[in-house]
Amino acid sequence: MSTQYNVIGTRPIRHDGADKVTGRALYGADIQLNGLLHGAILRSPHAHARIKRIDTSKAEALPGVKAVATAADFPAAGDKIVDLGEGATPLSYIRGNVLAQGKVLYRGHAIAGVAATSAHIAEEAASLIEVEYEVLPCTLTAPDAMKDGAPILHEDLHMQEFGKKTDKVNNVADHFRFSIGDAEKGFEEADLIIEREFHTSTVHQGYIEPHNATVLWNNDGRVQVWTSTQGSFVVRDTTACILDLPVAQVKVTPMEIGGGFGGKIPVYLEPVAAVLSKKSGRPVKIVMTRKDVFEASGPTPGSYIRAKIGAKRDGTFTAAQAYLAYEAGAYPGAMVGPGAMCIFAAYDIKNVTVDGYDVVVNKPSTAAYRAPGATNAAFAAESVVDEIAEKLGIDPVDIRLKNAAKEGTQRVDGPKYRRVGCVEVLQAIKASEHYNAPLGGPNRGRGIGIGFWFNVGLPSSCTISVNADGSVNLVEGSTDIGGTRTSIAMQAAEVLGIPAEQVHPSVVDTDSIGFTAVTGGSRTTFATGWAAIEAARDIVRQMKERAAKLWETEPAEVNFENGVFSKNGKSMPFAELASKIGETGGPIVGRGAVNPRGVGGSFAGAIADVEVDPETGKTQVVRFTSIQDVGKAIHPAYVEGQMQGGSVQGIGWGLNEEYYMDTTGTMRNSSLLDYRMPTALDLPMIETIIVEVPNPGHPFGVRGVGEANIVPPPAALANAIHQAAGVRLRTLPMKPSTIMEAVWAK
Amino acid sequence: MATVYLPTLLRPLAGGRESVQVEGATVRQIIDNLEQQHPGIKERLVENNRLKPNISVAVDNEILPLGLIESVNPDSEIHFVQAITGGKN
Repeated sequence: MSTQYNVIGTRPIRHDGADKVTGRALYGADIQLNGLLHGAILRSPHAHARIKRIDTSKAEALPGVKAVATAADFPAAGDKIVDLGEGATPLSYIRGNVLAQGKVLYRGHAIAGVAATSAHIAEEAASLIEVEYEVLPCTLTAPDAMKDGAPILHEDLHMQEFGKKTDKVNNVADHFRFSIGDAEKGFEEADLIIEREFHTSTVHQGYIEPHNATVLWNNDGRVQVWTSTQGSFVVRDTTACILDLPVAQVKVTPMEIGGGFGGKIPVYLEPVAAVLSKKSGRPVKIVMTRKDVFEASGPTPGSYIRAKIGAKRDGTFTAAQAYLAYEAGAYPGAMVGPGAMCIFAAYDIKNVTVDGYDVVVNKPSTAAYRAPGATNAAFAAESVVDEIAEKLGIDPVDIRLKNAAKEGTQRVDGPKYRRVGCVEVLQAIKASEHYNAPLGGPNRGRGIGIGFWFNVGLPSSCTISVNADGSVNLVEGSTDIGGTRTSIAMQAAEVLGIPAEQVHPSVVDTDSIGFTAVTGGSRTTFATGWAAIEAARDIVRQMKERAAKLWETEPAEVNFENGVFSKNGKSMPFAELASKIGETGGPIVGRGAVNPRGVGGSFAGAIADVEVDPETGKTQVVRFTSIQDVGKAIHPAYVEGQMQGGSVQGIGWGLNEEYYMDTTGTMRNSSLLDYRMPTALDLPMIETIIVEVPNPGHPFGVRGVGEANIVPPPAALANAIHQAAGVRLRTLPMKPSTIMEAVWAK
Repeated sequence: MATVYLPTLLRPLAGGRESVQVEGATVRQIIDNLEQQHPGIKERLVENNRLKPNISVAVDNEILPLGLIESVNPDSEIHFVQAITGGKN
């Protein structure tokens, strides 16, 4: 693997920059089509209720209304189990979340859709739909939902235990256990054991652009979808599955996306808009309100966690144990598995047992959120580690370094790490100016945390065609959330020996590119980048053949280096040979289709300085540094941007953000005014330290950078607040009232 | 023979053992031979002639994408682990 690069590691201007900053980029809500109708969704006012009757007649009679849809308009799901790339799920659950059938399981649960000539008429019509409910008691937290006698959401939901369906029907969808060594024996060897309980609230990804979908069910039977999504093929496959159509009958065009962070993988609106379009014969657009986004899309799970670590006096961890119960929301699938695998992932501990529970509750069905499950877990583990360090009088970095995971360390789920950068991240923290700087004032504290995310591979496709002017057009299926057009184009440019600006990337619809998995799991620069590398290599191979024709030699005799083809003193730059492709055989198109191995996990750390107002409990973040092993940074500015973005989201999760629910399951802060995300006015500049431990599994050493950075901030903040205010907080968010209550209780 | 490390909840099917030695050149053969030694394990791992969607296989410490058709060396270490997914639908 070459480590001397011409393009990789530079900071070219992003290819979509001009469109984005001038407002010309087209988002889903911008779509306008002839005869377009506007849709509205009727949502449940109850967190848990049986639907006894739906009467849509008044809505249908309202002038301007063209169609009304309920779950009865979907083909029957039966007991079909589907795998749409996100695990095996009963189709009835997927469909049931799009439009409720029989029961509503959370406030905001969609019940019916209306299409009308204006959005106002559609909303009015939705309000005219009469629904008779039998209101049922609701359950809102994992511990409560697991109690005997708790309201049962799904009477057919039996607890699974690693592939075995048990007889238990108790809101627990899945229980698993990971264990290595002998935790009991390990705790016997410890001089100090700390065990604590933690609670974290439901939080939302907070993407600015609401969910939207425009669908035309054409007269020829084809269904065309324009939407904001992290995965156009997921939308295609899910929509086809719910509507019982062949996938080839659905074409999805991903529009520009105003944020996703994992929350724009599920499908909410597309099948409803499709049915409304079929009924009305016209295209239908539905756009969620912010309230809809909070109440009816997929936040990340709230959780209850017990974490226990034993250590010797010298700081060596001898054993660890954890119990994690995550709220899946209305349907199974909380990210408790990754949480359980990540909770002690930063440490080389020989004796570990972890139990995880995936629990359904009467809240919106949860979705992924940057390193899903890991942030909750790291908050617990890193708080305990900090307390152990304090009690043993060991520097917080030193105790982590003493126990740090490295190549060969066994993970709790079994496999051993390949090359990882946990030690390098900790060393970067210890050597940083920030960690060694004075705190600079009273009521201040400094805390650190560290976290891990696996990253994933999954399939990606890419094609590249050569233009006669020496530029190339790159076609991909990964929706661009964080600058991946450029990070992928740069990898192709590096292979082709041309500037990044000479690569013109396009994100296209599902008819126009091979299957490509979601933009998620920090996979896009890794996997779609790899597809681009393969496509570029294919270009080089074909262009060598053209050069060989011109020079009357064999392709194997042609060399290619730094964008120049050569043989025995003859040479021709890429652009010059590109100008001759017409005369040497015609168009050149390269293709890359991968399902790559070699995924490299990423460790991230955070240093947080806070000042806690002793009168009000308000926490001000006065300095914050994010440190992450990213493998090779393809575009360092975008890497820094990802680290800053993940850090800010982690800070919001730690200090402010929560679904503030009343006892009826109603979210009381479902606006961005009341759901308090940090803004630029709340925070200092987030400093970044990029650590580059190249991933040996990728041609350019890429690991992926989108997720691990959100994992450590809440823990680092908790540890900083402890130093500033003398209290250890074990509930997120660590809002002023929580801090003051802890101070008063001290 | 390859060494198969059993998930904690499957160990009771193998008399509580953490790992077992199994012959096989692919993950499919490994599981079939594992089933011969310890009946009941295959149905916990395989469904519709493929690994269950919530289960991944790691061969020599790398999670691999091809499931049952992945190759296995005689000295390979095999783990069946929870699949990492990007979220539910």
